[in-house]
Amino acid sequence: MSQPLDSKDVSSELPQQPSRHILGGRHGKADSLDAMTGVARYTDDISLPRMLHAKILRSPHAHAEIVRIDVSAAEALDGVHAVVVGREMPTCYGVIPWTPDEQALATDKVRYVGDAVAAVAAISEEIANLACQLIEVEYKVLPALITPEAALQHPEIKIHPNNKHGNITKSVQLAFGDVDGQLEAADLVVEGHYQFHGTTHGALEPHCAVAYFDTRQLLTVWSSTQVPHYLHRELAKVLGLPTYQIRVIQPLVGGGFGGKSEPFDLEFAAALLSIRTGRPVKLLYTREEVFLAHRGRHPFDMNYRTGFSKDGKILAVDARSILDGGAYSSFGLVTTYYSGQLLGSPYAFDSYRFDSTRVYTNKPACGPKRGHGSVQPRFAMEVQLDKAAVALGLDPIELRRRNFIGENTTTINEFHVGSSGFLECLDSVEQASGWKQRRGRLPRGRGLGVAGSTYISGTNYCIYPTELPQSGVQICLDRSGRVRVFAGTSDIGQGSSTMLSVIAAEELGVEIDDVRVIAADSDLCPVDLGAYSSRITLMAGNACLSAAKDLGGKVRDAVAKSWGCSRREVLLAGRRAQRLDDPSVWMSIQDAFVLAEIAYGTMGSTGSYQTPRQEVHGEYRGGTIGASPAYSFTAHIAEVEVDEETGEIEILHVWCAHDCGKALSPVLVEGQIEGSVYMGAAEVVLEHHHVMDSGLKADGSQRDSGPGVEGLLAASSLLDYRMPTTLDTPQLHAMIVEKPDPRGPYGAKEAGEGPLHSAIPAIVNAIYDAIGVRIDQLPATPSKILAALRAQRSGNPL
Amino acid sequence: MLRLPVFALHEPETLGQVLELLRIHQPSVGLFAGGTDLLPNIKLGQTYRAHWISLRRVEELHEITPFDGGLRLGASSGLATLATDPDLTAGWPALAQALDKIASPQIRNMATLGGNLCLDTRCRYINQSQMWRQALGGCLKSHGDQCHVVPGGKGCVAALSADSVAPLIAYGAEVDILGPSGLRRILVQDLYDSDGLHHVRCQPDEVLTAVVLPAPPATRHVRYRKWSVRKSIDFPLVSVAVRLDVDAQGLLSDGLIAVAALGPKPRVLPLGQLRGRVLDEQLAHDLGQMAFDRCRPLPNIPYDPAYRRERLAVEVRRAVRDMAGLPIKPLAARLALLGDQL
Repeated sequence: MSQPLDSKDVSSELPQQPSRHILGGRHGKADSLDAMTGVARYTDDISLPRMLHAKILRSPHAHAEIVRIDVSAAEALDGVHAVVVGREMPTCYGVIPWTPDEQALATDKVRYVGDAVAAVAAISEEIANLACQLIEVEYKVLPALITPEAALQHPEIKIHPNNKHGNITKSVQLAFGDVDGQLEAADLVVEGHYQFHGTTHGALEPHCAVAYFDTRQLLTVWSSTQVPHYLHRELAKVLGLPTYQIRVIQPLVGGGFGGKSEPFDLEFAAALLSIRTGRPVKLLYTREEVFLAHRGRHPFDMNYRTGFSKDGKILAVDARSILDGGAYSSFGLVTTYYSGQLLGSPYAFDSYRFDSTRVYTNKPACGPKRGHGSVQPRFAMEVQLDKAAVALGLDPIELRRRNFIGENTTTINEFHVGSSGFLECLDSVEQASGWKQRRGRLPRGRGLGVAGSTYISGTNYCIYPTELPQSGVQICLDRSGRVRVFAGTSDIGQGSSTMLSVIAAEELGVEIDDVRVIAADSDLCPVDLGAYSSRITLMAGNACLSAAKDLGGKVRDAVAKSWGCSRREVLLAGRRAQRLDDPSVWMSIQDAFVLAEIAYGTMGSTGSYQTPRQEVHGEYRGGTIGASPAYSFTAHIAEVEVDEETGEIEILHVWCAHDCGKALSPVLVEGQIEGSVYMGAAEVVLEHHHVMDSGLKADGSQRDSGPGVEGLLAASSLLDYRMPTTLDTPQLHAMIVEKPDPRGPYGAKEAGEGPLHSAIPAIVNAIYDAIGVRIDQLPATPSKILAALRAQRSGNPL
Repeated sequence: MLRLPVFALHEPETLGQVLELLRIHQPSVGLFAGGTDLLPNIKLGQTYRAHWISLRRVEELHEITPFDGGLRLGASSGLATLATDPDLTAGWPALAQALDKIASPQIRNMATLGGNLCLDTRCRYINQSQMWRQALGGCLKSHGDQCHVVPGGKGCVAALSADSVAPLIAYGAEVDILGPSGLRRILVQDLYDSDGLHHVRCQPDEVLTAVVLPAPPATRHVRYRKWSVRKSIDFPLVSVAVRLDVDAQGLLSDGLIAVAALGPKPRVLPLGQLRGRVLDEQLAHDLGQMAFDRCRPLPNIPYDPAYRRERLAVEVRRAVRDMAGLPIKPLAARLALLGDQL
């Protein structure tokens, strides 16, 4: 081939041998400027001709039977096009196929304040709101069970009448090794009672769906979801349509954090209203509705006993947990398993058991929030370790090192752990924080705390039983020099589309901006299971790598043929194909693609990823839940200052080192670390998704007011649900540790959720280091700190 | 999203026009300043008027006029402008600091001093959506007949939540109120009533036109202390200004503690009886105790009232320490001596 028109010789700048030209570079997110300049198109930015606006009427009662619904006045209102109620789509659904206990709109019962009862489509949101007010619903109010204690005490008041065991949604008991014997033999047994409060995701973008049942009777649903594939399946199930008649598109999502990882009432309601009216229908949640949709972190009540030898080795873990599930199952079956199953790493121990019970209550349903089901037990576990370190006179980092599980090994509950950079994580935070020099020498009121954790890089099994791949990617390239990647993946702001661009660009020799990612459109893209469980980089990344390698091989073959060399001697990088042994021989990547298209015809390839079936998990019942192809590792050190006169905690610094295997995009990994720490820190000192109860004490010493408040959200706005402002955010120090895992693309593991976990116990342990009091019940409010300090002064620590 | 109802917005350019519009459109008419609090309240259905009169184009309401060492601040003066105004920061620093602590920079760019003084009272049972309030069954301030803060209570006790009130009282500020029968001037501490539904003593046909700050004596010290859970955005959960007047010997000659964020009305505690006291830790402690004893925060705004009461005492102590030249936060050793107060 001749030299390209641009004859500027930059060959000396080209890599002389195969190396990464994109991967691991300090590039940003491919579409970040769109979001920053306000031109990014989210679901609510969609406006279609003849579009109607819909609103949902919600229950004012925490628990009631629906006696009668009269929609006639609403239907008669000028501007109203349709009103739908639950009996028009009564099929129960649930993101976990084993626990379908939700209906799009309630038919017989409402189970929390905010449960959906009816939906209206009108020519404007204002008229839809007005019409909702005109719907008459007669309720028979039932006693509201707001706390798990109340729900367990009153199995006769069944929140779900068909549930087998009172109000228990799931109960799991698993045991490994001789727990009682080891506890008896232990030199030290630490016992603790811990509480983790409810928190929610706080994504900037409220949930929104647009549905259009078009003239060909194809239903298209645009939704701000993290799981377009599961939404697709559930829409088909509930609406009784075949999946080929439904198209699900996920536009850009303004944050999910787990709060959009299952279908919600709005998608079904918009769809049915569009089917009824033949017009596009948009349904946008208010912020309050986002708080009601919830699916946030489960409140946990935990009792832990941990046995140690005198040299700090963990001998036994005995964990009992009650999970407050809220009104529906959501991912609760998985949460209940995760509450115990993910405790087995990053430490090795010989015996362990857990007993976890999830309970229905008349509150917004809990579900997966960043670090699903494992953040709460990690808090208890890591505070237990801190208490042991104090009791044994050991440095808490040293205690953790002594218990390190190792690499290429198996946890007590039989999960296979591949690469692990946990020790390197501990080293990094120890050094960066000045732990050795400063710990124990800080003035009273200031303290350092450490904690460690582990997390999954995707679940080994799909939510529904299948042998199908977890992720598929199709890549096309053509004479334009551009690469198109089609993937079912959900970019919810975490940068999954950038990740695909990086891999495709790396393998095909183009720049990130030369890759167009078409994602999350069920008509255009192969299936991916969605943005949950931190699965996309490992799974879709592998699928993308496989397709890209295939295409890259063909391009290099075609180029090699023209140069009369072997494909091994052709490097694709920096928008060029060049000879490895002679950089002066090169052609533009566009010319290389042309050669390939001539040689092979239209250039396309697919890749798919299926999780390993060997060496992943044990064969016992439940042994698959928590199993992942690869695990990430994290260590945190927090520095806090406690004001002993006010009880206020200032989190000054959090150092976080995270082993993500290989950082494909280090800037994005650092962003995930910072965002995770921000979120975790907020859960310790600020955020509380509190549902009011007239009967019990709640929210510290504050008693909620009398009858009428049961089931109401204490904080249903971003003013009252206090997320940290910039001024409330600690100095965040993100450090990347890379221990490549053979199962990840280029060795990559997850980075989106792991870095949250141990931020919480690190802060709580730092509080102890600062003032010598333990806060075992979160959140760590000033009143709790003052009460603990008073008890400390009186000689009767809490 | 939350939608605004339909209403008429009038944009008069003179105070005469404002009064005329107020007269014509009674009873469903209201004044609209920065709108930063009003718009959310209108969207949430807490307040509705068929007619809103914007004050933005009334030039004279924006004027800041020095007089005899004092300062007259037009009611439409912006919070961001005032917070950095050289005259205000020099003569009335605690007020400038209080204004700088309101909400966020963006909101302070829009919000006005008059708007802050006339801010509607706030309560966890009111500042909620229509659906939430209906589920509750309403309250005295919202289509209901019971109070959830004080069960059985007959009067609304929603909290005065304006940061500017306590420091203005401490500085002895007055407000000008213009009505059909002319201008009247009253002390800021007399501007408020204990009825959470109508806590600002302005008649429906009146308009608050200015805040008048008298010249501060050189012997007068004022500190404002605000506590909210977050360091920005939030309304105050504790809002207190302490004024200490000192004599030539540096001893207390007079003073007061002004506390907002309790009920609808500020609480003013005079300190004349403490004349002759030295400005020291003991005084800080005693004034903290006085505030603790005389003020009982209610479960009206969203935070534990028992803690807010303790925190009020802390903030009073810190204000006094600051004026006494002591470290604001006591050393750990001294904390133990404070004993039960903590």
